Formats: sequence, structure tokens, C-alpha cells
Amino acid sequence: MKRQAKTRIWNDYQKLIPEDNFYYLRSCIRQNFFPGSEHAFLQIMKNNLHKNVFDDPNHTTCTGIAYHSDLLPFETLQTVAARQFALMTESGYKNAAVSCVTSFGIYSEVLETWKEFPEEEAKTRELLWNATGREFKVPENVSHCSDIIYHFKDRIAARQKYPLTNQHSRKPLKIVEHIGCHYAKMFPGKGIGGAEFSSVLSGMIESWGGEVVDYPERRHCCGFGFRQYLIMSNRGYSVSNSRKKFESMEAYRPDAIICNCPGCAMFLDKWQYVIGELEGKTYGPGHQGIPVLTYEELAGLVLGYDPWDLGLQMHQVDCETLLQKIGVQYDPAMKFRGLNGKNLGKPALPACFKVTETNVIPE
Amino acid sequence: MNTFGYKIMSPRTIDFDQFDGRLLNEVLVKEPSFRTCLSCGGCTATCNAGTLIDFNVRKLNLLLRRGEIASLSREIDKCMLCGKCMLVCPRGINIRNVIMLLKKGASRLSEHQKTAVENEVQK
Amino acid sequence: MDRQKRIITIGGGIAGTEASSVLSGLGYNVIMLEKSNQIGGKLNNWNHLFPNGRPANEVTGFLGQKIRLQPFRIISNTSVSRVISANGIFAMETTAGEQLQADAVVISTGFETFDATRKEEYGYSIYENVITSVDLEEILRKGQTLITSKGEKPKRIAFIHCVGSRDEKSGHHHCSKVCCITGVKQAIEIAKQLPDTEIFCFYMDLRMFGLSYESLYREAQEKYNIQFIRGRLSEASENQDESLLIKAEDTLSGRPLKMNVDLTVLLVGMIPGKETLRMSELFGLERESNGFLNVMDPHLNKNLSSVKGVFLAGTCTGPMTVDETLEHARSAALDVHQYLQRTDK
Repeated sequence: MKRQAKTRIWNDYQKLIPEDNFYYLRSCIRQNFFPGSEHAFLQIMKNNLHKNVFDDPNHTTCTGIAYHSDLLPFETLQTVAARQFALMTESGYKNAAVSCVTSFGIYSEVLETWKEFPEEEAKTRELLWNATGREFKVPENVSHCSDIIYHFKDRIAARQKYPLTNQHSRKPLKIVEHIGCHYAKMFPGKGIGGAEFSSVLSGMIESWGGEVVDYPERRHCCGFGFRQYLIMSNRGYSVSNSRKKFESMEAYRPDAIICNCPGCAMFLDKWQYVIGELEGKTYGPGHQGIPVLTYEELAGLVLGYDPWDLGLQMHQVDCETLLQKIGVQYDPAMKFRGLNGKNLGKPALPACFKVTETNVIPE
Repeated sequence: MNTFGYKIMSPRTIDFDQFDGRLLNEVLVKEPSFRTCLSCGGCTATCNAGTLIDFNVRKLNLLLRRGEIASLSREIDKCMLCGKCMLVCPRGINIRNVIMLLKKGASRLSEHQKTAVENEVQK
Repeated sequence: MDRQKRIITIGGGIAGTEASSVLSGLGYNVIMLEKSNQIGGKLNNWNHLFPNGRPANEVTGFLGQKIRLQPFRIISNTSVSRVISANGIFAMETTAGEQLQADAVVISTGFETFDATRKEEYGYSIYENVITSVDLEEILRKGQTLITSKGEKPKRIAFIHCVGSRDEKSGHHHCSKVCCITGVKQAIEIAKQLPDTEIFCFYMDLRMFGLSYESLYREAQEKYNIQFIRGRLSEASENQDESLLIKAEDTLSGRPLKMNVDLTVLLVGMIPGKETLRMSELFGLERESNGFLNVMDPHLNKNLSSVKGVFLAGTCTGPMTVDETLEHARSAALDVHQYLQRTDK
């Protein structure tokens, strides 16, 4: 693999990312399935990087799920997006920090449509006014939160507590990065590094001391989308796509997978269990599965946040193997204890994954 | 083992690294003109059998080159050996000879497979 | 004529050299400008020419001999920096600072090959075992055997047609004409060099337009067992051992296909050269939408540009084979001669 040409391509696709004053647009899936992630993002921005991120309780879902399942017409989508922009304008913010990659795709699509077809923008303004009495200004900058973390990656590296190296072998950890399809495939110019060799996650991994794994099916979709899994019998398609990726990356023996899309993280995490049950095959060292993390969780780990505060106990594939490799200090007894030591209950352990010793839940 | 109401699908991509090339090599050695086929479809257009049943002469070349011997064995039984295809082939391939070689080769391979299956059953 | 007519040829490739030789032979004062330090253009880096495998240096040698028989002034490492035209005279300043004047100008600034790094998904200059047809020709010219990055003989090679041609994403819609036959030629050359290697050509259409090209294609199939798969490559990825996983569709069976190959050769197309684009600006010449210089009439005269007194020779007007380029150059010379005879009163 030659670096020079890849670096050249990455330099061709660079994006302007603002320094401060973001309006946070949350993700349905991320805040429900990985609640620690969004919390971590806000903590990192406020406490570690001292940036202003406004978490507005009035904003809604971008309705991307409904749109991509053909339940919602494009006009409604545009109007919902316009309402989000109106809320931004009202609270005085010009920069959007988008948590979910599908949302990022939605906002990019809507803004591009308005550029090419100004009559759509005019129509949307009218619809919004009629429905809610709100007006909006088009945001100056729409960045995905992984772009923002990428922008601050060197500052995070400067405050890093744990590098991404295996503390036993002293070698950098091998990490697979997986980019959500709507991040760069729709509009390659809007993704850092373009669509073929996206660098937003690989840049983070390398700044923090890890090594990126390039395997043949790197660009392949994880199979999320929405149509394909909303109905149970269709999920075979989704799991088969993820399986294709796992089969391809297996030989490289990665230590972890990082995703910037919440759906991808959810799928790559949970499908390992399904594949284990249906085919009896698990990936990763010692049949424990390959831990899947969101980039916020990775940033949090690297900065020294407690793994259970980050929500890693909610993952299907246990992350202890990764924590042990990095050498993160954590208390196994607190894994299923919530705030103030509240007992959260014990989940049933999946039969297909072998357990690590620290995984045994104390009585 | 849990089932979830859906199954993992097997890929339908042709994996070029894994195909059964035995029949291909045999036919190409005995009828080298077959290598010059460019899948123009002239043979299929004039084929008598193809107008009435689902038989595609052009596809025989492809099935052979992708090692799909099972499909091939079923297909070649449909050929009536009339020779109309040879009249139109722009590359002058002896298609009837190809069909005969395929018939012989395929039946021989399936004999081997039948014996192999019988051996397994007996075990 | 009261004074000898002056002609300046811009571009010392085979077109410029041939046109200049013919004009010099007709008695004109010819000066040829060449931006590099040698004449002969791209042919200097070529090994053998289709259809008969003739060494390219025979052609450049032949042209060199013609120059010795009828010499004219060649200024190397030089191009044009400014042009002012008035009353049928072209006043030029070269990049070396020399002032020249001409009664007629021949533009023969030629082509460039598509920069394959722009097709990121094929991995040129990113993955180790991806080369272009130009790279391969250089390897053959040096008499080397084709080997993989690990120094082994490749067991399987794929030639990829239409790289940078007929492609909206690369910005070049035109068919570059000569790449298909180049691919077949190179496939045969490699098959001769490495008889145990499996060779595949992934094409969209096969353009075998020349008289003996179809026989060459047939020979490739029949004698050398080269397999042609109709389907465009979507991407190439690298495996751990630096071999490549390529994905295409086997359109004739209607299913996607993947295979592991040890090496891919990208058949890059001809695109307008930077000097061609620059000349069109300096002289005010019209360009086609694909960037090549516009000829006055595609049937009746392919050597006249949109500007009187400026004539076009060679691949600055579009992709051409070597023989077509030489013919084009000769007819340009004849046009210049007739033009100068008419204007000589």
C-alpha cells in the first residue's frame, strides 16, 4: 500500500469544519442504543476541548428512517429539516453538529436539492410557515460529529491518557474503520478523504496511535439501510452483508471495529451474535467477537473516561478484550451497576461467545 | 440454537477462484476453435430448439467457462444436433463437436459423482 | 518568392517531425520547437507497434534519417510563450526568449495519457500491483520480465479496458480508439513471455477497427488462450499478500463476478495534452468539448484549424494510430504548401 497517493487523494477532499459554537442534532438510534456515546461527545466537547455545543430539547428526529422506508414524502422531509434549521436560527447557531450519518445524508440531500432547485426551498419555507409559523436561515456549515472529532483529533491526542497500542506487545492496535454509506458515498465531496479512501476515522485512529486495517471489503455496506431490516424476514439480507465484511476482515485479526454511523455500529455489533447463533461461527481472538465501538466511545476511552460511563456494557460483543489490550483502568464489579451503584440486572450471556474471566458477573 | 425468522444468504457472485474447470480444459483442448467464441448470439438466434424451449446455445460457452457443470448437463440434452448454428457462426466454430464433447464429458463426470455419492451412502 | 517563406512547427513528436521534414523538402525554412530534450515524442517510450509488432524505434529512426537528409532547425527544451498575429505573419516569443516570425504555423503538440491515479477505485499508485499500459510498454522496452511487487511471476493478470475513456466520472467521454488493440497486443506479448499465466481482458466493447486487428483478437483467443470478459471493473482492493481482488459483472451471464489476480494493467486513454490546451489559448483555436483541437471539416479537411494560417497535425486533434498520425502530418504539410503558394503574390 503506498501512502503518497492516498495522502494526495485525502488532500484533494478536504472540508471546512468550524472551530466552535455547534448546534447538536441527535440521532435516534445512537441515543437509544448507545446513549453513552452522545453523552461522551458532549462531555468531550465541553470539558476536554472547552467548546460550546448547544443541546436543544426542542429539536426532533430528522425522520430519515421514515423517509428511507418510503413512509414519508420528500416535502415532509424538507419541512422537518427546515424546522431544525429554524430552531438553529432562533437560538443563534450557524453550525450544525450532526450525530447520525443518515441525518447528515438527509441534510446534505436537502441542501443540495435547494441549491439546484430553489423553487423547492421557496415551497418549503411556505410549508414551514403554514405549519409552525417559523422561519429559517440555511446553516452556514453542516458537519458530522465524526468530522468535528477529526478536526480536534490532534488536540485530543495531546490530552490522551491511553494510546491505541497493545500494552503487552507494544504494537499499535489493528483497527478496522467502517464509514457509513451516507457519509461520503452520496456526495463524495462532503466526506473527508472522499468516498473510496475515507480518512475521517483512519485519521483519528492514526493520531491516537493505532493502525488502520485495509481489507478487500472495506467499502462494502454493512447492510443497514432501513427497508431491509424493518421487516423481520428481510433481515437475512442485512446480516449477509455484515457477514461478508467479517469474512473479509477475519484474516487481518483486527482488535476492534470503529464506525461513525450509529446504525453500522449497532449492526456490526449485534450481527456477530446472530451469525454465531445461526452458523456457529464467531470472529475475533478466542471466539469472543470483535468489539465494535463508536468514534465517541473511542475518543472517550483514549481520554480516560470510565468505560461503563461510556456505555460499553450495553454492547453485544464484550469490550473487555479491547480494554485489557489498551490497559484501561476499570472496575469489573461496576459493569452492571448504574448511577449510585444501582443494580441494573444481569443480561443473559450469549452461548456462542466465550466469556473472559472478568466478564463473570459478581453475585 | 436460536433461529430468528430469517437466514443468512449465500453470495451469488461468481467466485472465479473456485470453479470446476475439468470439463472446460478437456473441451478446449479437443476443439480449440471454441476459444474464439465472442458470445455474439448468432447461434442462439437461429437455433431450432431455442425457439420452442428454454435452451440457449450461447450460454453453453458461459456455463462451461464458469464451471457450472450441473446446469450444463441438463442443457445439452436439449440440442437436436441439427447444425443450423454452425451455418451462422462468424468464427467458424464446430459447435456440433462441442456439444458432443460436452455430452461425453459431462456424463463421465456425473458418473464419477454418482459413484462418489454411492460410496458415501454405503459408509 | 522574394523571400523564403517561414514555417514554425510547435511540437517535435512524430507528427511535427514528419510535417517539418516534408515542408523542408519542399524548400521552406522550417523551425521546429520541442519542449523536451529529444524529438519523437511518446514513441520514444514505446516498445512495439501493432499490428505486426514492429519496434517503435524503427519509426523514430526512419524519421531521424529523413531529417539528416533534409535538415531544418530544431530548438529543444523550448516552447512558445507569446504570440501576436497580424497581416498573416505570426510573431512569437519562445520560452528561451528568442523572437521568431512565421508565415504559417503547424501545431503538433500531441496527446497525454490519462492520469490513472484519478481513478482511485482502481488503486493506481496506491496498491503495489497496479500498472498502466504505458508502464508495461516501458518494462517490455527495457527487455524486462513482468513480475509482481514480490518479485514473482504473476499467475494471473487482468487487463482493464476504458480507463479514463468513455467515462463521465473521469471527465473524458470520448473513446480513445487505440487502447483496445494495445490491450490485445500487450496481452499477446505477455502471453509469449509468460506462457503459464492466465490472462483476462475486462472490456465494455472491443474496438478492433483496423484491417488486421480482428485477426489479432482471434489469435489472442485461439492461440494464446486469453479470456475476454465483458464487464467493467467497479473496484480493486488489495489482499494481505498484495494480490488484488477485482470486481466486475460477467454481463453475458448476468451475475457479478470477483476474482483474485496478481497484477492489473490499466489501459489508459489518450487525452488532450497540456501544451495542446495552452496553444489553443495562445492562438485562439477552437476546441471540441473533449478538449482536442477542432478541425475545419471532419470529411473534407482535417488539417485546417479555426484560425487562418494555423494548421493541425497529429493527435492534438484526437486519438490516432502511428500510421494515421504520419498521414495526417503529411497532408498538413501539403495544406501549408498550398496555402503559402496562394498567399505568395
